[in-house]
Amino acid sequence: MDLFLQTLVSGFLKGGLYALIGMGMTLIMGVMGIINLAHGQIMMVGMYITYSLFALYGVDPYLSLFVSMPAIFVLGVTIQKYLLNPLLRAETILPENQVLMTVGVGMVLTEVMRFIFTSDYKSARTSYSNATFFLGEISFSVPLVIDLFIAIMMTVALFLFLVKTDTGKSIRATAQDKEAASLMGINAERITYITFGLGSALVAAAGTLLMPIFYLFPDIGGPFTRKAFVICVLGGLGSTVGAIFGGITLGLAEAFGATYVAMEFEDMIGLVMFILVLLFLPGGFKRITKI
Amino acid sequence: MSFFKIDNMVKHFGGLAAVNGVSFEVKKGQIFGLIGPNGSGKTTLFNLISGYFRPTSGSIHFKGKRIDQLKTHKIIHLGVGRTFQVVKPLKRMSVLDNVIAAAFSHAITKHHARDIAEETIEFCGLTDRIGDLAKNLTIGDRKRLEITRALATKPELLLLDETFAGLNPNELNDALDLIGKISGSGITIIIVEHIMKIIMSISDHIHAINFGQTIAEGTPKQVAADPHVIEAYLGDQELNA
Amino acid sequence: MKVKNRRMMTAPLAALLFLLVFPLFVSNDYYLHLMILALMWVMIGSAWNLLAGYTGQVSFGDAAFFGTGAYTAGLLVNHLGWSPWWGIPLGGVTAALLGLPFGWICFRLRGAYFALATLALNEIMRHIATIWESLTDGMVGIMILQTFYAPIDSPIGELSSKTPYYYIILFMAVFSVSTVIWVMNSKLGYYFLSIREDQDAAESLGINTHYYKMISLGIAAALTGLAGGFYMNYMGFIDPETVFSLHDISIMAILVGIVGGVGSVYGPAVGAFIMVMMQEAFRTGGFGLLDAFAEYTGSQFVATSASLITGAHVLGFGVLVVLVIRYMPNGVVGDWSRLMKFILGRFQRQV
Ligand SMILES: Nc1ncnc2c1ncn2[C@@H]1O[C@H](COP(=O)(O)OP(=O)(O)OP(=O)(O)O)[C@@H](O)[C@H]1O
Ligand SMILES: [Mg+2]
Repeated sequence: MDLFLQTLVSGFLKGGLYALIGMGMTLIMGVMGIINLAHGQIMMVGMYITYSLFALYGVDPYLSLFVSMPAIFVLGVTIQKYLLNPLLRAETILPENQVLMTVGVGMVLTEVMRFIFTSDYKSARTSYSNATFFLGEISFSVPLVIDLFIAIMMTVALFLFLVKTDTGKSIRATAQDKEAASLMGINAERITYITFGLGSALVAAAGTLLMPIFYLFPDIGGPFTRKAFVICVLGGLGSTVGAIFGGITLGLAEAFGATYVAMEFEDMIGLVMFILVLLFLPGGFKRITKI
Repeated sequence: MSFFKIDNMVKHFGGLAAVNGVSFEVKKGQIFGLIGPNGSGKTTLFNLISGYFRPTSGSIHFKGKRIDQLKTHKIIHLGVGRTFQVVKPLKRMSVLDNVIAAAFSHAITKHHARDIAEETIEFCGLTDRIGDLAKNLTIGDRKRLEITRALATKPELLLLDETFAGLNPNELNDALDLIGKISGSGITIIIVEHIMKIIMSISDHIHAINFGQTIAEGTPKQVAADPHVIEAYLGDQELNA
Repeated sequence: MKVKNRRMMTAPLAALLFLLVFPLFVSNDYYLHLMILALMWVMIGSAWNLLAGYTGQVSFGDAAFFGTGAYTAGLLVNHLGWSPWWGIPLGGVTAALLGLPFGWICFRLRGAYFALATLALNEIMRHIATIWESLTDGMVGIMILQTFYAPIDSPIGELSSKTPYYYIILFMAVFSVSTVIWVMNSKLGYYFLSIREDQDAAESLGINTHYYKMISLGIAAALTGLAGGFYMNYMGFIDPETVFSLHDISIMAILVGIVGGVGSVYGPAVGAFIMVMMQEAFRTGGFGLLDAFAEYTGSQFVATSASLITGAHVLGFGVLVVLVIRYMPNGVVGDWSRLMKFILGRFQRQV
């Protein structure tokens, strides 16, 4: 029973971060209608920013959120503005050109980081990295609890932004109906920059939050990109609320898989869930939550 | 056995009842007019008949066979052809290739499909556009291509969704002639049209809907005089157009 | 869709003639190796193009089918003691058997799902090959004895051991391209194009879009699996990281298609040669020219840049992806006229 509860707790904590990753991806998917296959790689760059600040100046990883998020926001805007949007104007056979471009961007980001930091494992070990506290028999990792707390705050902030602000409303309108939105006078190009920037900043935040407990190397991006799209498919492509459910589901599934099946299956569990969702719940949780 | 019959058709989109209890019957060889103001559910009905949507409830029978749970391509093979209100040309294929693709529904060899296609294109008067890419056609020719493609699937029942919208007077006359020719060749037609004068003049029978519900049915004369129809179209200048 | 156009046939026939006699004049193992790889990519690229370029269903996970073909061949040798050559046809069969049910599942949904699902399939297959050690030997990989490894005596003198592989893959590549041509001139081709252009319209023409997308995937998977079976025979060694590689196989397949020209018959063939040469050039620092240049000048700076460039060859590859998609989205074949105008324009201005 304790093992079960322990697994539940650690899966849920991890799920909070996954939700953040998934929301970033699903936001981009909703507005641009594309899957961003550089999502994990963008997160990886954010992690290197956090790592550098820590290694060079001893900045606490949580503090470096204030640097990594804006920096990656700018990176996202740049990618959207100079690499993705121009593709819309070219007449091509494959509508997937934008997706392919994100693959290329992901490769370049990975290799540039490898060039700078080499392939070695890096980490930002802090005094609290291994700290835990107990409730009954169940241990809670301190950094993961802080992470969940910050992730919840960011989620709330994101929803307030989407619901209350003009820009947020424009983003939602564009996601719902591009043509109608541009008829309403929404500057679609600007919305795409902001959305890509925002989605990138969110995933960068997740990466930064992971830094105290995780290790870092350039190839870490790929697996996280895959997690991100699994989360989105679980939640229903383009659904922000769905991404939260999807993130937590994936976190739990991975934790239970690792505990009860085998460690080495952890990565595969998300992918198998992906196929199962396609089979039995095409459309993901969105089918149930309707948002 | 009736040729084509819709019973108590209902289609909900979330909370909206786009079609709400419509029933009608079409006799073989008729030109059957389906009218109603914007958003009244005409296209939705077509999508239900041709299997793009599943009905919330109700049934559709074609030549005695229930078709409302079938996939679109099955329904097409049974002999129902359709056009789209918002035309859907296969843009980067030539007019001929567009029609050949349709003709393959009744042909195995390319040779045979090509023969059917050329014949149908000739019938519809698109021969001088035969080599053009579909994306380069004018709106009038695109609408004509829609009809040509649908005819190449050899339908017994043809659904025409606003084939006249956006045409200039010359094209309009050509289109009217074409519909006469199609009907003359024995194909039953259900036609959706906004221009009252046209629909009144070519239909044998008219069914009027508003907000997804039947408001009148009968001969063109009867329907034109129906107070519900006049009310529904009140202020709609197209009535007088 | 008139592929059989006389003027369009001359260049491919000339190329074929050149390829047929190539090993008679060049017996250098290294060049033969590059040609063999390029021909293998002609196959994979053509298959990818049938599915993506002609049917509009972009696969991001061709390695799943390639690796399945390769492992089929390897496992037949290791577990059943069959000749690895059986692995080529059977690799095609197993890859298709993987692709068909997979297609049945994911073609029920439109949109990004297929692309994502292929990515997932790629990863799942790689994991399976890694984890199922009792069957596949996991990370250790599979090693088999190659059929041809020693130079071959022939009436025209000693031939490289690679010559038979060369002709086999040449035959397979020609077979693939011909299959694509044949398919695109048949009912299937019309149906695939219709699906690519507009799925709703295709259904209204009586096309069972779900079924024909599966057929397209089945053919593409089979051709890719054949290539995988060949790879096992030719290389004699495979492991999960090579044959199920996302970058080196799946993304490479896409690049071959795009660089050459999506939705054109010979595009992927052209793309295959360009991409294999590019990759090799990056990997070896311009086929060793950079090193030679460094030695010639004796400059430390050149030597350092040379080693940096070869060290960052994946980066070069990534930059290439970005540039190609940004500036030549229709590939060399598709954007040929634009490309010529650009080059000639430059040239004329200089003159
Ligand atoms: N796929 C859909 N999802 C949600 N609502 C829909 C969908 N298709 C149609 N509707 C709604 O159903 C109602 C009926 O639409 P429909 O297109 O059938 O009208 P129509 O009679 O063809 O109108 P028009 O004359 O403008 O073509 C409208 O309110 C429309 O917004
Ligand atoms: Mg309509």
